[in-house]
Amino acid sequence: MTAGVPSVGATIEANRAAGTGTLIGYLPVGFPDLPTSIDAAVALVENGVDALELGLPYSDPVMDGLAIQRATQTALAAGFRTRDVFTAVEAIRARVDAPILVMTYWNPVVQYGADRFADALLQAGGAGLITPDITPDSAAQWLATSERTGLDRVFLAAPSSSEERIAMTVAASQGFVYAVSTMGITGARHDVDSAARGLVSRLRAAGAENVCVGIGISTGDQVAEVLAYADGAIVGSALVSALAEHGVSGVARTAAALAQGHSR
Amino acid sequence: MTLLSDLPGPFFGEYGGRFMPESLIAAIDDLAAAYELAKADPAFHAELRELERSYSGRPSIITEVPRFAQHAGGARIILKREDLNHTGSHKINNVLGQALLTRRIGKSRVIAETGAGQHGVATATAAALFGFECTIFMGEVDTQRQALNVARMRLLGAEVVSVTTGSRTLKDAINEAYREWVTSVETTNYIFGTAAGPHPFPAMVRDFQKIIGEEARAQVLELTGRLPDAVVACVGGGSNAIGIFNAFLDDPEVKLFGYEAAGEGIDTDQHAAAIERGRPGILHGARSYLLQDEDGQTVESHSISAGLDYPGVGPEHAYLADIGRASYRPTSDSEAMEALRLLSQTEGIIPAIESAHALSGALKLGRELGPEAIILVNLSGRGDKDVQTAGDWFGLFDEGAVQA
Repeated sequence: MTAGVPSVGATIEANRAAGTGTLIGYLPVGFPDLPTSIDAAVALVENGVDALELGLPYSDPVMDGLAIQRATQTALAAGFRTRDVFTAVEAIRARVDAPILVMTYWNPVVQYGADRFADALLQAGGAGLITPDITPDSAAQWLATSERTGLDRVFLAAPSSSEERIAMTVAASQGFVYAVSTMGITGARHDVDSAARGLVSRLRAAGAENVCVGIGISTGDQVAEVLAYADGAIVGSALVSALAEHGVSGVARTAAALAQGHSR
Repeated sequence: MTLLSDLPGPFFGEYGGRFMPESLIAAIDDLAAAYELAKADPAFHAELRELERSYSGRPSIITEVPRFAQHAGGARIILKREDLNHTGSHKINNVLGQALLTRRIGKSRVIAETGAGQHGVATATAAALFGFECTIFMGEVDTQRQALNVARMRLLGAEVVSVTTGSRTLKDAINEAYREWVTSVETTNYIFGTAAGPHPFPAMVRDFQKIIGEEARAQVLELTGRLPDAVVACVGGGSNAIGIFNAFLDDPEVKLFGYEAAGEGIDTDQHAAAIERGRPGILHGARSYLLQDEDGQTVESHSISAGLDYPGVGPEHAYLADIGRASYRPTSDSEAMEALRLLSQTEGIIPAIESAHALSGALKLGRELGPEAIILVNLSGRGDKDVQTAGDWFGLFDEGAVQA
């Protein structure tokens, strides 16, 4: 089963070799409902997104702005369950060939059981986890579980991170390091903070092979700007808003416009 | 051997920790380091003691309440009067400490969450005193049921943000304060209101509140010649409870009781009893008992008391419950309201609804322990803010009367 699962690191490396960056698209599972969220994720890949970040809706998403909060609250109100993530990963993988990371706050994984969660994700064809509310020094269980399963583990680094913490985050991350572009939460912004460029170079100096930048990126121009110095650009709120307002065809158009930014 | 009263964090047994987004780690670590320095600095303590003496009104007195105690099986009941502090509750103790710390780390703006509004009012008060900018996050449900405190905070110069996401109560106010903190961390300190959240907050808030128990222990000894048999407090996040418990943690003969809000009943789904009905999980940066569904989604709590309406609890309480050092019991909305009316009418003291949960617990406990028992109760706040709620509950308003 695992042999066929592409790792996000391999995708990033292949794109780097081809001279393009990697576009990563975020959507929450179960928004506006489970089948539509699967169709929307498939549409992202069909329109030029290289890797998927599937959000696991959570009641207390402290790193998310209003666009994503509204979507994940809708999913929860409609009865989202943790197991739906595995259903979604499997269904998406059956239709398109792109690595899928699950973005999850930590308590749902703890309550499912980290080992049980990892095994189910692997079985479904998932590539790993992005964990926004734990750091490597608070993640002993996840470090052990990801070692055992070989799942990617993506930790976040912030402009405020100390050199010591940057080194720790680079050493602990597998797949890529998620560089938080700005001191803030998810949401579209007019300008991607110049702090992002500085953070990426600090991560590279600490030995990071793959660095992707997220938070605030919402246009093809911003994708192109970020990919000039980073390996990947992560887009979330802009896609979620497009899906909320214009459905699957709308999110497909937005994805295609973003993908323009990484074929330049 | 480490005394129970000296647990430093970040872990209390298997509870506590610092499970936070990387974006906030630098600020939290800086705060922890600054607090360690302050703790070892006599000048910091001297300044705090002076503020307590000349501003918030410490030491607070104790009051024995014999007419109330007649309803508690005749046990002696003694109240620690945190309701008499400036701003009307124990919250000011913690806020003055954290405000001093804010100045030490060179920040000029503070943010805080609030449920009942007591911590928000205390923070707005300290911000006015220290000249800080101040923004308070309060769930929309709470801004409605505690409208008077919203006006108090604004009068004190604070901005009050009504939080309309999630369950629109205290837990969502904390989420929104975290989001704001991520965005403004360079200039802004987060004055956390209870002994929960990531390290260093549980240990630091306890340290700023432990003066309650230290004073009360000496005062009860002086009044009665011995230690109390039981110490009682209400528990939401748990700051007033840990504040009065701490000085007694290493007195094994003193039993400690925390009363959680049982809302419409501990066996309904409308309560806030995290220790009694929750299970361990991670929320707001710490591992502790938590009301959650099978998937780990936080379940909304319910209590008539906005200050206890929180689905989690501080990690030190989770630890004290597990090792059996403190007992956590339920008391319902209606039991608390009866105790509120009883104290008002037997002793002329109107307690906060939060504190009325402790009083209700003391009534039950007194009947259990018998007439020889001495029970110390933390009267953590006064009830002025709750007159509207009590008036509605007991039907005290004249029909058709409208408040101007």
